[in-house]
Amino acid sequence: MDIIYVLVPLSLVLLSGAIAIFFWAVRSGQFDDMDSPASRILFDDDEQGHDAENNNQEQHRD
Amino acid sequence: MNIAASHATQSCFHCGEPTNEGERWATQIDGQWQPMCCPGCKAVAETIVASGLKDYYRHRTDLPELSPAEFDSQDLSARDTLKMYDSATVQQQFVVPHGDEREATLIIDGISCAACAWLIEHRLKQLASVQQANLNLSNHRLTLRWNNQQQPLSELMEAIVRLGYKPAPFSATEQEAQRNRESRQAIRRLAVAGIGMMQVMMLSVPIYVGMELQHENFMRIAAMLLTFPVVLFSAKPFFDAAIRDLKTRHLTMDVPVSLAILLAFTASIWSTFNQGVEVYFDSVCMFTFFLLLGRFLEMRARHRMGKAGNNLMTLLPTVALRLQGEEEEVIASSEVRVGDVLRLRPGQSIPADGVILSGRSSVDEAALTGEYLPVSKQKGDAVIGGTFNVESPMTMRVTATGAEAQLSTIMRLMDRAQQEKPAIALIADRVASFFVAAVLVVSASVATFWWPQGPEYAFFVALSVLVVTCPCALSLATPTALTAATASLRESGLLISKGYVLEALTHIDRVVFDKTGTLTLGRLTLEQCEALADRSQDDCLQLIAGLERHSTHPIANAFRHLRGYSVEDVEQLAGEGIQGHYQGHCWRFGHSRYAAGESLQPPSQEPGQWLLLSCDYQPQAWVRLNDSTRKSAPALIEGLKRRDIAISLLTGDPSNSGQRLAAELGIEDVRSGQSPENKLEAVRQWQAQGQRVLMVGDGINDVPVLAGADLSLAVNEASDLAKTNADCMLTNGHLDVILQGLERAQMTRRIIRQNIAWALGYNLVALPVAAAGLVPPWAAAIGMSLSSLLVVTNALRLVRQPRG
Repeated sequence: MDIIYVLVPLSLVLLSGAIAIFFWAVRSGQFDDMDSPASRILFDDDEQGHDAENNNQEQHRD
Repeated sequence: MNIAASHATQSCFHCGEPTNEGERWATQIDGQWQPMCCPGCKAVAETIVASGLKDYYRHRTDLPELSPAEFDSQDLSARDTLKMYDSATVQQQFVVPHGDEREATLIIDGISCAACAWLIEHRLKQLASVQQANLNLSNHRLTLRWNNQQQPLSELMEAIVRLGYKPAPFSATEQEAQRNRESRQAIRRLAVAGIGMMQVMMLSVPIYVGMELQHENFMRIAAMLLTFPVVLFSAKPFFDAAIRDLKTRHLTMDVPVSLAILLAFTASIWSTFNQGVEVYFDSVCMFTFFLLLGRFLEMRARHRMGKAGNNLMTLLPTVALRLQGEEEEVIASSEVRVGDVLRLRPGQSIPADGVILSGRSSVDEAALTGEYLPVSKQKGDAVIGGTFNVESPMTMRVTATGAEAQLSTIMRLMDRAQQEKPAIALIADRVASFFVAAVLVVSASVATFWWPQGPEYAFFVALSVLVVTCPCALSLATPTALTAATASLRESGLLISKGYVLEALTHIDRVVFDKTGTLTLGRLTLEQCEALADRSQDDCLQLIAGLERHSTHPIANAFRHLRGYSVEDVEQLAGEGIQGHYQGHCWRFGHSRYAAGESLQPPSQEPGQWLLLSCDYQPQAWVRLNDSTRKSAPALIEGLKRRDIAISLLTGDPSNSGQRLAAELGIEDVRSGQSPENKLEAVRQWQAQGQRVLMVGDGINDVPVLAGADLSLAVNEASDLAKTNADCMLTNGHLDVILQGLERAQMTRRIIRQNIAWALGYNLVALPVAAAGLVPPWAAAIGMSLSSLLVVTNALRLVRQPRG
């Protein structure tokens, strides 16, 4: 059980690292918009297919 | 018009408005001809398809907020206006240069769903000069980074306008910056509390399970270290609020919350160093986290409301064109001084009060007077700052700015009205402060009672009482219900900006309406056409539409839905009419004096404006234009009557059109020709009789009344000032959403009562048990959390949309 003397302080160190990273993320504005990223990721996927489709159409026209 | 009639039930593919012109304006999308209601929608839809962004129609979940027809009408002047944003003076206010590139923040009006953001971002990124375009959906702000050498800002803004949105520069205010800081700080506090809670929980499990004393001590110290930041950083807002409330001798929930956190924390520290029986670091963290979560959600809802207020920073009046001899100079309108000579371009707001020096034009004073028809102005006439120049350029000399200007007088009236606004007492606050006092007294007496058993024991019993009865559920009961109801109403189109609105909506006795722009659309529509000669009615209308295509006057909007013949050599005479050539004849449309060369009597006395079409001075057709009633108005009035709510119509318009509208809608109490002072006085009288008044309005002349009424609501096209001063706002033009608001408010009140009843009931049961010393603090914390969970779940029932 003596291992906890190493592991618990280690977890505290990791934790403070995690919090530091989180604070940095907040400061750099990553939490300012909580709404759009959720939907944006869905749209961007379609865009690829869409572009291809568009190109096809253009070729047909030529 | 036969074809049109057979398709009368179609709705526009782009904006969803019903259309009977679908066949004429159809646009090909994905190989299918889709009906469009007007050339505006058609132009927008074509832009979208041509940019390869037609996926927008697949992604969108809501129809556009703004109808593109409005943009189309301003097309001629819009580009000129946008050009103003290219001037360095103006850009100083909202653009940050980064070397060759510049970065601007724009507020985009008209965003209804995430697909709008997608559309705007992708359209902008197609432009070579744009490096970055990022639209924030929570506050509708677009951060745009572009190369100014390649393209001026006005062209980028034009691209946005062509998609059917309204961009306006945004410069952050102090209040805005503070809100931003508050929001970021809240996220940090929440994260620290959340992470701390999880970790302390992990460390506590072995303590509960049992381990060797030295290990247990070590774990306790680790848990204590973890709890420090939670108490000192995350829980700080509670302490600050508690101290503030104690100073003002006012008991709020922050007091027992702070007391419980501090007591549990210090007791656990004492326990840690003195080998006490129990430590409660986990309870402290959990308690803090849940309370913070509730506050966080509430804050987010509040900020979202604030967003509406920010859209109002529309810049147009903040620039002016100063004439220095022959030189034109763009200046910020705050720099306008009395005596300056300004050029007024058509399609722009007038920046200050003044006198016209040259030129002749119509000025739209609707915002100040409620009169929807533009007033003709010429040399020597006075103009008021904040009104809108419609037709042609003029020059003016400034006679008053800032505090002396007429607009400021209304603002002062509004300030006074606001100070005298009746305060609305909230049930939850009253209950809570009474309850808090009781909890503190009970805890203290419990501690005294158990004192003989040893101070340590007495202390922990008192702590359990504090935690178990901690009005956590009680404190969540109201805000969660309000947040949920607010969110669901926002989706239906009613934006609520102040917390007391929902509660106040449940006891409204009287609804007061403004006429122009509120019950009516505030713009002219074609009502009637009487052909005089052998030309058909349709032919005449097409001719007028052809003429009016070249005009920016509001009258032209009434004909915007018609295709129109191609009329040449079109000339406009401000305040008189418009003329042009078609098939070798000179056609004129306007006042009969202008069109036929003499004053003629219109065919009937129906309300509205009668205009004459003439061919080589021979009268051809009379056309009647009027402001049309909103489609949703009758349903609203009927719904209000069913609820036994009194209805009044107060209008600034002195003509009898107020009476007519009232008769049409079935409103009995009508007062015409009311000044803002009169309106405010009327509302005061009703309030003196003990009635609670909801004011619905749009113009600047309504602002004092909006500020003075118990509750106020601005419609979506309302002037900026009206929007900022209203408690809530319609985001679409559907007035009947107000009824939904009333219904929701009732339901919210019911749920708040259920929640409070539960929270009080639970506490009354738990209190004696805890006071008897039978509940250890950890069980108290779990009970408290479950109780809160129940309250929150109950509140979430409000999110469900009525009838889908």
